[in-house]
Amino acid sequence: MNTLFGKTKEEAKPIVLKSVDEYPEAPISLGTTLVNPTGDWRTFKPVVNEEKCVKCYICWKYCPEPAIYIKPDGYVAIDYDYCKGCGICANECPTKAITMIKEEK
Amino acid sequence: MEVPENIKKRVTIPFEEHFYAGHTACQGCGASLGLRYVLKAYGKKTILVIPACCSTIIAGPWPYSAIDANLFHTAFETTGAVISGIEAALKAMGYKVKGEDGIMVVGWAGDGGTADIGLQALSGFLERGHDAVYIMYDNEAYMNTGIQRSSSTPYGAWTTNTPGGRRHFLEKRHKKKVIDIVIAHRIPYAATASIAYPEDFIRKLKKAQKISGPSFIQLFAPCPTGWRAPTDKSIEIARLAVQTAYFPLFEYENGKYKINMPNPKKEPKPIEEFLKLQGRFKYMTKEDIETLQKWVLEEWERLKKLAEVFG
Repeated sequence: MNTLFGKTKEEAKPIVLKSVDEYPEAPISLGTTLVNPTGDWRTFKPVVNEEKCVKCYICWKYCPEPAIYIKPDGYVAIDYDYCKGCGICANECPTKAITMIKEEK
Repeated sequence: MEVPENIKKRVTIPFEEHFYAGHTACQGCGASLGLRYVLKAYGKKTILVIPACCSTIIAGPWPYSAIDANLFHTAFETTGAVISGIEAALKAMGYKVKGEDGIMVVGWAGDGGTADIGLQALSGFLERGHDAVYIMYDNEAYMNTGIQRSSSTPYGAWTTNTPGGRRHFLEKRHKKKVIDIVIAHRIPYAATASIAYPEDFIRKLKKAQKISGPSFIQLFAPCPTGWRAPTDKSIEIARLAVQTAYFPLFEYENGKYKINMPNPKKEPKPIEEFLKLQGRFKYMTKEDIETLQKWVLEEWERLKKLAEVFG
């Protein structure tokens, strides 16, 4: 699987503590927020048109999630599990290769 | 499925990611983007101290964490005190703090936690000269508790306790220049940065890492929720704030001022271009806009003179 977080994302599992003994002694974090698919907040989703993409990586640079990753062939792709659909990538893209389309589920 | 080395070299900011997706910041959040850049610049060998602010929420609900570094949550007013204490403890235990390969102690507080509530702890930290970096991300109000005004809120802005209208008033005071209070301590390094210019921000973070002694960076981080702006315009607003000289980029290093504007010779754009993208400024009258424009240009002239005299 090729995403930004690869193996870490696959291994992320919700942590359910069933008894007091399972709690850590100090308030330390036990896992990552990758268990939290924020993609369902989205109303509009960004779609990359690879014909127009010039591989400048401005979208990758400005993604606040980060949900945009660079594929081995150099093009960018979007991890829809986490993309909240803010639209910064589509607004900043110099060639308008990213468009926001209405999400349908 | 690795990204080839030649592509990693083409990106203009560090490639490694130490900030996990799935965090609970709003759509288009400027603060989460700033946090991502800080972790890109400093990597895993960082102790991040976050007081009560939006970033407490962004860093994740227990037992999850969005940050791939050490994180310490603390009370609202104590960021400066806690980074001082952690730095002193690390030094007493014989660790190398700051510098190329040292442990970075970073305070990451909002404008309320810096300019209002945490000001005395910040002043103490700067005065004692601890080897740590303090970053204030400036979203110009108390956003986490529901958009109340802070001393960093600009003139004419709508917030929930300056709602405007016939019986109330809009924010009547100008933005507090926290950076001038910080420079008054004559620390080795202080700078302003914007999320719209990440290369400049990361260069300043790296510089703060190399210089020994306390460093301070004020980061302009738009908040689409509180500024009543479209979520996709965050970067555009941050860029216009710099281009209109509302939030000029400069650094102060060992007594010398240096302006780092993207186009230094260009005259600032009119402030309306920055205001019209945000719903929080839509109640301003023409006179209000003129007052703000006058203040912005006065401050900009003042900064240019400082850079001329102490350049």
